[in-house]
Amino acid sequence: MVSTGQVLSPAEPEPTGSTSNDQSAPLLELRGVNKRFGAVQALRGVDLVVPGGQVTALAGDNGAGKSVLIKTIAGIHGADGGQVLWNGRAVHVRSPRDAAALGIETVYQDLALCDNLDIVQNMFLGRERTSSALLDEEAMETSARETLTSLSVTTVRSIRQPVASLSGGQRQAVAIAKSVLWNSKLVIMDEPTAALGVAQTAMVLDLVRRLADRGLAVMIVSHNMNDVFQVADRLAVLYLGRMVAAGPADQFDRQIVVDYMTTGESRRRRDDAGPVPPAGEVAR
Amino acid sequence: MTGVRPSVEQETVLDADGIEPATAAVVNPELVAHSLREYVGAWSARIRAGETGVLPVIVGLLLIAVIFQTLNPKFLTAGNLVNLLVQGAVYMLLAMSEVFALLLGEIDLSAGFVAGVAGIVAAELILAANGGWPWWAACLAALAICALIGVLQGTIITRIGLPSFVVTLAGLLGWQGVMLKILGNGGTLPINDRIINDLANGNLTPAAGWAIMVVVVAGFGLVTWMREARRRASGLVAPPVSLTALKVAAVAAAGAIVVLISNTDRGVLVPVRGVPWVILIVLAVLVMWTVLLGRTRFGRYVYAIGGNAEAARRAGVPLARIRTIAFALASLTAGVAGIIYASRLRSVSTNLDGGTLVLYAVAAAVIGGTSLFGGRGKPMHAVLGGVVIAAIDNGMGLQGFSAASKYIVTALVLLAAVTIDAVARRGRTTGR
Ligand SMILES: Nc1ncnc2c1ncn2[C@@H]1O[C@H](COP(=O)(O)OP(=O)(O)OP(=O)(O)O)[C@@H](O)[C@H]1O
Ligand SMILES: [Mg+2]
Repeated sequence: MVSTGQVLSPAEPEPTGSTSNDQSAPLLELRGVNKRFGAVQALRGVDLVVPGGQVTALAGDNGAGKSVLIKTIAGIHGADGGQVLWNGRAVHVRSPRDAAALGIETVYQDLALCDNLDIVQNMFLGRERTSSALLDEEAMETSARETLTSLSVTTVRSIRQPVASLSGGQRQAVAIAKSVLWNSKLVIMDEPTAALGVAQTAMVLDLVRRLADRGLAVMIVSHNMNDVFQVADRLAVLYLGRMVAAGPADQFDRQIVVDYMTTGESRRRRDDAGPVPPAGEVAR
Repeated sequence: MTGVRPSVEQETVLDADGIEPATAAVVNPELVAHSLREYVGAWSARIRAGETGVLPVIVGLLLIAVIFQTLNPKFLTAGNLVNLLVQGAVYMLLAMSEVFALLLGEIDLSAGFVAGVAGIVAAELILAANGGWPWWAACLAALAICALIGVLQGTIITRIGLPSFVVTLAGLLGWQGVMLKILGNGGTLPINDRIINDLANGNLTPAAGWAIMVVVVAGFGLVTWMREARRRASGLVAPPVSLTALKVAAVAAAGAIVVLISNTDRGVLVPVRGVPWVILIVLAVLVMWTVLLGRTRFGRYVYAIGGNAEAARRAGVPLARIRTIAFALASLTAGVAGIIYASRLRSVSTNLDGGTLVLYAVAAAVIGGTSLFGGRGKPMHAVLGGVVIAAIDNGMGLQGFSAASKYIVTALVLLAAVTIDAVARRGRTTGR
């Protein structure tokens, strides 16, 4: 095995505001996770800590392995090696169902909504409420409305309108709201603002912030440095499948992140911040 | 456009950009309208946004009625109308079978000959040497075999991952072969069971027709009213009471018209009157499949798969199982159609042309408003489309047109229906 980047020393203090049951363990921790597709080693010994109540941004260039990493956490790909700890306990997430059972919800890059179904139907897809074998539309509509209201998603005309008729930001909001409907503890989002205009991006980032303020752990993949620094509490940078840097967001600045993304290392340091986030050595 | 848009709930705010998406008008009017006037406004906005629903087929039916009535005043007589509905029953049932496949974005080309197999099995079992089976047992066995055929085809499609077009094309050829093998060249199996023959040829007594009509309308009214009362009780937007009343009244009127027409004497030598049994059979299948598709998890998953299979998979929907069940139900419904077909002719013969039947069925479903692209459609669409096909067939038959002209006209109507669907789709998707 290639030597893996030393990312977080175990001694790193727990971030404040953590909501994990076990005081010492973060909500989610990855240790040395590997994933290989044939000849492509997509993830190499990835270590990562995702605490509750915080937004963790995952940065990295195209093909760095961001999507593979979140799909591994979400149970879409099985990891080839390494450990996944949930509240400090080793778990095996083999399917999206396993992930959902733990409280992991994913908002995919392509949103995965059914255009022909309405907002309520999409939010409850796969977990419909029934009463005596028939769908309980009233209960579902009521909960969906409560969730949307609690997230201040009030821009939709009717929650019974088909998703096809929503704007990009509204679709994103529905996908996010869907993920919090389930008492989830970790919400993962792949490029939630990629296709959005300025106003809609602000709305979605607002929503992301609100989730974290509720105590959820949020993991967000983004290429957009503005978004990352606006919303993230913690940053993690992938480079060619390796985790080359991770730590509180205030230890980074744009240039440092770009260095890590493009070369896998950075010689800069932030004058006003503490230690430079630990970086692994570049492969090859 | 904004002039007719109804006022909406107070909580409604504009889009984040301050611009309401162009297609926001496609909301089901029942869910935003508080009064009848608002409903009409929302409804017309929705139609202009491309959600035409059953409007084209209703307009089409009216047109057909006017045209054929002008050509031949016999068209709208009680005898011919009842005849038309009975002729159309097989198309309606086969089209409902096809709806299951179309909703998934698939197709079932085997339905016509699967129907034939059902007829043969039922006929053979009734004829069986040692006494023969009772009619109901023969029918159940025939339907069970059809369901198994559907499971087989569905399993091949979902587990091996072959396109439904090819697998059911093989079914079309294969089950035709099975039929010919059993019947022999040019063979015919007569059916002597009175009840089986009555399924398509028998009538209720006039009084029974009224009684059943009243029960059906009352049931519909009760279910509709209770549903809306529940919505109001949960503080959700419910359609205005006036609209509900209007809807129930419309259903009552339609029921009364059907019963009135059916109860008019349409006999030539001896008086014949009463609602045909087969109308009740179609109605029963329609209600069953409407509830299944509209009100159960299974139905929701069928729509979800048709809309976005990948999204459904990620949501934990068991794709293969739902698809297989849908194909099984499609074949089962085709089996019902087959028994009715056999009952109408009081026999099964090699004349059964399952290829044409299935193409008519697909055409009926699409004409009725079911989308070929999956995720949109209802059993009701199949029934309405079946009526259109039967009306063209019947009306042109009255005029003495050949089968050739009937095919051409049906083709044109089908093209018109698909064009309307495609144009409406374009209207639907431009908002994004
Ligand atoms: N299912 C797969 N089969 C084979 N290789 C894959 C698969 N998924 C990803 N890969 C490979 O893994 C590597 C990482 O891909 P990934 O999609 O995670 O990149 P990413 O960081 O999300 O990039 P982007 O910013 O473009 O979304 C790429 O080399 C990609 O080709
Ligand atoms: Mg990606």
